[in-house]
Amino acid sequence: MTVKFSKDHEWIIVDGGIATVGITNHAQEQLGDVVYVELPKIGAQIVANASVATVESVKAASEVYTPVSGEVVEVNAELSGDPALVNRAAENDGWFMKVKLSNTSELDVLMDKAAYDKFVAG
Amino acid sequence: MSEETLQRTPLYEIHKTLGAKLVPFAGYEMPVQYPTGILAEHKWTRESAGLFEVSHMGQCSVLGPNFETTARAFEMLVPADLLSLVPGQQRYSQLLNIQGGISDDLMITRSNWEGLEDSLYVVVNASRKGFDFAHIEENLAQGVTLKRYNDLALMALQGPKAEQALAMLIPTINTLQFMNSSRFKLDGVDVHISRSGYTGEDGFEISVSAAHAAQVWNKLLSDPLVKPIGLGARDSLRLEAGLCLYGHDIDRTTSPIEAGLNWSIAKRRRTEGGFIGAHRVQRELLGGVSRKRVGIKPEGRAPAREGAEIQDESGRKIGVITSGGFGPSVNGPVAMGYVETAYAVAGTPVQLLVRGSAMPAQVSTLPFIPNRFKR
Repeated sequence: MTVKFSKDHEWIIVDGGIATVGITNHAQEQLGDVVYVELPKIGAQIVANASVATVESVKAASEVYTPVSGEVVEVNAELSGDPALVNRAAENDGWFMKVKLSNTSELDVLMDKAAYDKFVAG
Repeated sequence: MSEETLQRTPLYEIHKTLGAKLVPFAGYEMPVQYPTGILAEHKWTRESAGLFEVSHMGQCSVLGPNFETTARAFEMLVPADLLSLVPGQQRYSQLLNIQGGISDDLMITRSNWEGLEDSLYVVVNASRKGFDFAHIEENLAQGVTLKRYNDLALMALQGPKAEQALAMLIPTINTLQFMNSSRFKLDGVDVHISRSGYTGEDGFEISVSAAHAAQVWNKLLSDPLVKPIGLGARDSLRLEAGLCLYGHDIDRTTSPIEAGLNWSIAKRRRTEGGFIGAHRVQRELLGGVSRKRVGIKPEGRAPAREGAEIQDESGRKIGVITSGGFGPSVNGPVAMGYVETAYAVAGTPVQLLVRGSAMPAQVSTLPFIPNRFKR
C-alpha cells in the first residue's frame, strides 16, 4: 500500500480495490485556511480528471479533481463540521472520499512521493 | 500583467522577511497573508490591533489659493459637502462619471498643517489612481492644481487596541476624533495620521515618507498588541463591516444611491447639485432606484462568491453577488450584492446559484459585525 500523487495535487492510497483520496499538504498550504468542503454524494459515479469536490478557503473556491474513476462509497463526514481538518491533516485525517475503483490502470500514471515532491519543487 | 512590470511598495522587503505570501494586486506585489493565515489575522484585528501596508493606494493634494476655491473646485467632482469641512476633518465620497456612475471612491481631508491649510488631501484606490489623477487634473478649475505624492508610504493600524498601541508612541493620539486627521511625530518621524480605516474597527491611517516607512512600521510592530495583516484579511474585515470594494460592489455602472451611500451626500449637495453625475443622483433621490446594494447571508456553510446569481424563491433572477466569502468573526458565509428594490428588505428569503445548485439565503442589513468606530 503506497501513496500516489496526481498533478492536480491529490493523494490516493488503495486498499483492496478501494481508494482513499484527499488533497496534498502542498495543496492545503497553497489554499490557506479551509472554511468549507463540498464533497460528492455517496453512490456517485465519478470519472478520472473530473471535478468532484470544491474546497473553499477564505480567499477563493478551488476545484478538486479525482485522479481515478469509480463509485464514491464513503465521504469524510468530519469535514462538514471541521473543514480546517484539511489544513491540520491533509494527507491523513483530512481525506475527502473513498472510491471503489473501476479502472486500476489509472493508477499507473500517478506519481510516487519522490516524483511528486520533485514536481512541486518545479 | 507579467511579474516584471509589478511595482514594489516601500515595505516589500519587510513583508518578505516576515514570511508573507506576495501576490499581484493592482499592479503591485502585495502581502495577501503572513504565516499565521487569514483567519487568525482577521480575528487578531477584531480583538487587538492589526498593521496593514496600503502604500499602493494613491495619495495626492488638491491645492488652491484659498480653501473655498479649492473646496468648490473639488465639489465639481464629488457629491460630498467639502465647504463645511473644518481643518483636519475627513469625509468619504465618490468620483462620479457624467452618467452618475462611480469612477472611484475616496477619502478627502481638509489639511490642517502649516502651509497647506487651503488644500485637500485625497486618498484613492490603487487600481484607479492613474485614471483618478488624470480625471481630477482635467476637471479642476483655473488656479487649482493636483500634487501627486509618489514618495509617501501609507499604513493602517486597525482594531480595538489600536489607540492603546499608538498612544505608547504618541501620547496625545486619544484627542484625535473619528474622521479627523493631524500631523504628529512618531519615533521622531513626521507622520500624518487620520482616524479612519477599512475594517469596521477603530483605527488609524498613517502616511509617512517612503524613506521612514520601515522605521515606523517596525516601531509599531514591536508592540505585542500589533501584528502584520495582509490583504486577504483586509477583504474579509471590510466585507463583514459592509464596506464597498471598488470594481466589485461599486463601479462605473452603479450610482451612490443604488449602492446605499446616500449618507455620504449632504443635503446642500442634493439640493444644489453642481457636480458631475448630479442629474442621476438627484433623479434617483427623488424617484428611487430599480436595484439596491444589500447584505446577503447564506443559510448553510458554503460561501457564495462574486458573480453568483441571486434568485427569488421561484428561481427568477433578481440580482447578483458582488462580494462574497467567509466571515471569520461571523463564523459563516457572508456576501453583498445588488437585488431588485422590492427584495431589498432585511429578512427577505432569496436563493443563490452556487455551482448549479440553488442555496437558501436571506437579505440582511449591513454591516454583519457592528462598526466600532470611536466617534
